[in-house]
This record gives sequence, structure tokens and C-alpha cells, in this order.
Amino acid sequence: MSNTDFVLAIEDLTVSFDGFKAIDNLNLYVDKGELRVIIGPNGAGKTTLLDLICGKTRASKGTIKFKNQEMTTLAEHRIVRSGIGRKFQTPSIYENLTVFKNLEVSFPRGRGVFGALKFKCTADVKERIESVAGEIGLADQLETEAGLLSHGQKQWLEIGMLLMQEPELLMLDEPIAGMSVRERELTAELLERICRNRSMIVIEHDMEFVKKIAHKVTVMHQGKILAEGPMEKVQADPKVIDVYLGH
Amino acid sequence: MTRLRTWLTSSDLAGIAVLALIIVVVLPLSLDIFRLNLVGKYLSYAFVAVGLVMLWGYGGILSLGQGVFFGLGGYAMAMFLKLEASDPESTKIQSTPGIPDFMDWNQLTQLPIWWEPFRHLPVALIAMLLVPAILAFIVGFAMFKRRVGGVYFAIITQAVALVLTVLIIGQQGYTGGVNGITDLKTMLGWDIRTDSAKYILYFATCALLIAAIFLCRWVQRTKLGTLLLAMRDKEDRVRFSGYDVANFKVFVFCLAAMLCGLGGALFVLQVGFMSASFVGIVPSIEMVIFAAVGGRMSLVGAVYGALLVNFGKTFFSESFPQLWLFLMAALFIGVVMAFPNGLAGLYNDYVKPWLLRKREPRSDPPDPKPLPATPPSHPPVAGWNPSVPRPRADAKSVGPAVA
Repeated sequence: MSNTDFVLAIEDLTVSFDGFKAIDNLNLYVDKGELRVIIGPNGAGKTTLLDLICGKTRASKGTIKFKNQEMTTLAEHRIVRSGIGRKFQTPSIYENLTVFKNLEVSFPRGRGVFGALKFKCTADVKERIESVAGEIGLADQLETEAGLLSHGQKQWLEIGMLLMQEPELLMLDEPIAGMSVRERELTAELLERICRNRSMIVIEHDMEFVKKIAHKVTVMHQGKILAEGPMEKVQADPKVIDVYLGH
Repeated sequence: MTRLRTWLTSSDLAGIAVLALIIVVVLPLSLDIFRLNLVGKYLSYAFVAVGLVMLWGYGGILSLGQGVFFGLGGYAMAMFLKLEASDPESTKIQSTPGIPDFMDWNQLTQLPIWWEPFRHLPVALIAMLLVPAILAFIVGFAMFKRRVGGVYFAIITQAVALVLTVLIIGQQGYTGGVNGITDLKTMLGWDIRTDSAKYILYFATCALLIAAIFLCRWVQRTKLGTLLLAMRDKEDRVRFSGYDVANFKVFVFCLAAMLCGLGGALFVLQVGFMSASFVGIVPSIEMVIFAAVGGRMSLVGAVYGALLVNFGKTFFSESFPQLWLFLMAALFIGVVMAFPNGLAGLYNDYVKPWLLRKREPRSDPPDPKPLPATPPSHPPVAGWNPSVPRPRADAKSVGPAVA
């Protein structure tokens, strides 16, 4: 595969678990600055796709190129360091550390053993933590233990932890699951803001939310891509309607 | 008095100061040298317990084979002392004078080549730290890179302990076998068996132990310490924040192993011999019990745990030798079930609030009960943050508006 302008280019990606193909010959391209939403019924392979990109699961076949660099053979932490951040489905934060510590640990400096021993929380680190905390609306809760935050705040905190790393590609797995209506609105605004200088892949079920944020929508079904394009076009696609309403 | 109490309850340095006061002043003044030497022996076990606080409490990695590293450090020191005790003059009745007595009994006629470097004290001192660290690195690297953890890791460390015991006992000519390396006399001509030497060694042990506590406290306060806690809670999140999780586990495993090695060497100097019985599975598990009783999140607590369990062991095995193992097991089960944060947890949950309440008689006392029995959305991790007996009401309120 030749070099492309895409931030992320996935070609012929296949992964099978004991013969079951969770992802089946999938091709997907994500542009710079694009916010792509992936939708699809349960078991379509959406989360598996994110697992493959970030290296949690290894591909059986195919290529994943991020900025024209092959990702399928890299170790997880190397994939992260090359600029891919991933948020998990359930809020994955360090419950027993303060919000400040949660963000500090995510700062991309002192990542080796001895680097971590020497790491100092200097003024620029503090400044960055405060600006990210402001972004995610937790500026006045820096000293709160993360486990005491509400569910929505935990989701925001995890997004903030990813922002600390300044990833070029940010992948969010159901970021608004379990959020109230107000929190959903705030999250949509947050995503719009942070998408300005990076690409994003978001998995979501809430169609209203998807309509609000998506630049382009990809519909997955049984490990394959069923349809791709702007929301209105995808919603009108008879194949998509069939998958969601048919059977 | 009030100011003293404030300091006692607010600073962890105070805890270290109180410990130092007890082991450096109170115990030497109140015990005869025989008993004090026993305390010195217990304190050499405390190094292992302090290492386990880092490894198990902070890193969440349970090793049931710390005796291996304790033994390696001890053997390194014992080999040096034995060679010094085996000069040709004092071993002239042997068929081969100048080699350790057990080698002579096992028909060895020459010192094995790998014993030669241990004629030099610097080599022995370096080996005492480096050999445990290298073995920990190899085992840790092989296991953690393959993401072996939890129970499986504990079982493998037990197997290592068993293998090393079998090896030491089987290679009697080279290691002294079951009897171990005995009859150690001098270090660079300084007789370690006299009362004055025992005092000096005791205070050296205290000083090194406190230095070890400060080293670990420093590590805990660096980003590495925070990462260890983070890994214990959400290993995947740490990995997908760009860290090679295995490297941090290997580091803390090596750190704990080096502390064990140092403890082992001090043990040998104070007890005067080393044998395979300090290496195997049972002593390794006892070492975990020291840390569990003291509180696996508390460096100072671990020292108290090592002291108390060993006092108990000496007392009960003198009075009821058959019962000791059962008591030990009961103690472990009791600690894990009734107070999982050990003595340090009890102190933080009951003693500290009481001290605080005495200080401010008019203000509302902080809730002395550890945790209300509300089922949290996540299981409470034992021994997480012993310094705050916090209410664990799950906050349900919607946060402030996103700016």
C-alpha cells in the first residue's frame, strides 16, 4: 500500500477468534481533522476495531497505517506514543488518585522507569493540567479523589487524560453512555472543541448525538462496513434500515 | 503536647521518627544484648517486609518467594565470612586446609572457582545486592513481559523458592547443604560474636533500615510511585497512556529483591550462620505475613509487623512449639479477614481519629469508623489510601458545567 494523506488508513483488516471473523476484510480511511462516528448493532465489531487500532487485539491479516506508519506490529505503548489515544467504554480512571494526579500521570513526559523517578511536576506541567481541567470542567475539583466524581465527570476526566497526551487520533468508545441530557450536550460541545486540531473516531449508539457531532458516519455490521457517508445519506440507506429495523 | 499531637497525626515523618526512637533508644535501653540481638535479627526481616510494601502494597504484585532474595544476600555475606574463617591455620586438621569445613567433609580438595571472588569484601557486598537484583530481573522480565501476574506470578515465585532450596540442599559440597554455612567468626578481622560487635551491628541495621524506608518513601513520592498505584488500579489505562507497564513491575521487583538481599546479609552478620531453611517456601510466606500484619501500604507498619510476628514466633515456639504454625496461619487469615490494612490500618482508623478528637475537643470528631457499609460501585481495594478514613458515598451529583 502506498503512502496516503489519510491520518489513518486501514486495509483488508481481518481478525478471527477461533474461526469467527469479528472483523472481516475491512477498509477504513480517516482524514485529518475529521470526526468519524462508527455505529452498528451489538456485535458488529466496533469495539474490536478500536482494540485492533490501539493494539489491544492483534490482527490476523491486513494493515493499519497511522501517518503512513504500520501499527499492527507495534507494542501498545509505542502506538500510544506515536499519537493514538483511546478511551475505554467504562470510565477507566485511577479512582484512588486525585483528579490532578490522574492528569499528571497522563502527561507524556518521564515515561521510562528512570524518567518517572526523575519527573518533576514543573510549572509547564501544572499549567497544562489546569488548562485541560478547565476544558473538561473539572478545574475546581483538582484535589478531589477521582472515585468520588459523578459518572459523567469520570468520562470527562478520562477524555482529559487523553488530551494531556495531545494525540493526533483520539478514539472514544461510547463517551456519553450513562450521561444525563445536559451532560450529553456538554460532551458534544467538548468533542467539537477538541476535534479542531485532531482526528477522532467515536463509537456511539445515540442517534441524536451522532447527528450533532459526526462529520461522517460509518455503519458496521458483522465485521464489515455496511455504509459510509454523511448521516442523512446513511440513514436513508435501505441496507442500514434493514439491519436496524429488519430481521 | 498539643503541638506534638498535631505533628504525630499529620506527618508521616513522625511515624518514622517514632519508629527510630523505639528501635534506636527504647529497645537498646530496655533489653539485654541477647534479646537485642534477636530484635536485630527481626529487623533484618523488616527489610523484606519494607520491600513487600513496595512490591505488593504499591505494585500489587504478590511474591511468595522473597526468601530467595533474602537467602542470596545472606549467602553472599556468609560465603565471605566463611572464607575468612577458613584460613589454613585454623583449618589445619582438615585433609585440605584452607577451604571451608563442609567442603572438606564432602571430599572437595579445592575451592570452587565461583567461590574465589568472595574472598573480597567489596565483591561480597556488591553480590549481596546485585545477585538478587539480577535474578529478580530475569524472573520479572520473563514473567511481566508475558503479562503473567496475580496468582500465577505468586505460584512461580514459590516454585523458584523451592528450586533454590533443592539446589542448595542438593549441592552440599558447594553450599553446605541442609546445615548451611556455619561457624562464622570475623569480618576483616573484626570478631562479630562479641557483645560490642552485636551492639554495633544492631545499630548499623537500624540505620540501614531507616535509610531503606526513606529510599522507598522517596520512590513512592515520585511519578513512579503514582504509576505503581495507577497500575494496580487500572493496568490497561496505564499501558494505553504510553507506558511499558512491565518495566515498572520489573523495577519494583528488583528494588524489593535488593532490600531482601541487604536484609539477608545483616541477618547473617547478627545470627552467625545461613542455611537453606531461610530460603524456602515457608519462610517466604512468613515474610508476606509480616507485611500483611503491619499493613501492606505502610513502610513503618511493615517494620512493626516484622517485629511483632517474630516476637510472637519466639514466644509461642518457646512455649507451645507444636501450635506455632497453626497460630501463624490463624493470624494470617485473621488479618486478611478482619483488618486487611494491618496494624497501620487500625492506627489510621481508630487511633488517629482519637488523637485528633482529643486535640479539638469542641469540634465534631471525624468519623472513626473505617468505611460505611454502602456497596460501592467498585470493590474497595484493601489498603488503598490508609491516611484518609474517607466516606465512600458515591457522588451522584452532576458536575459543574463544562466551560
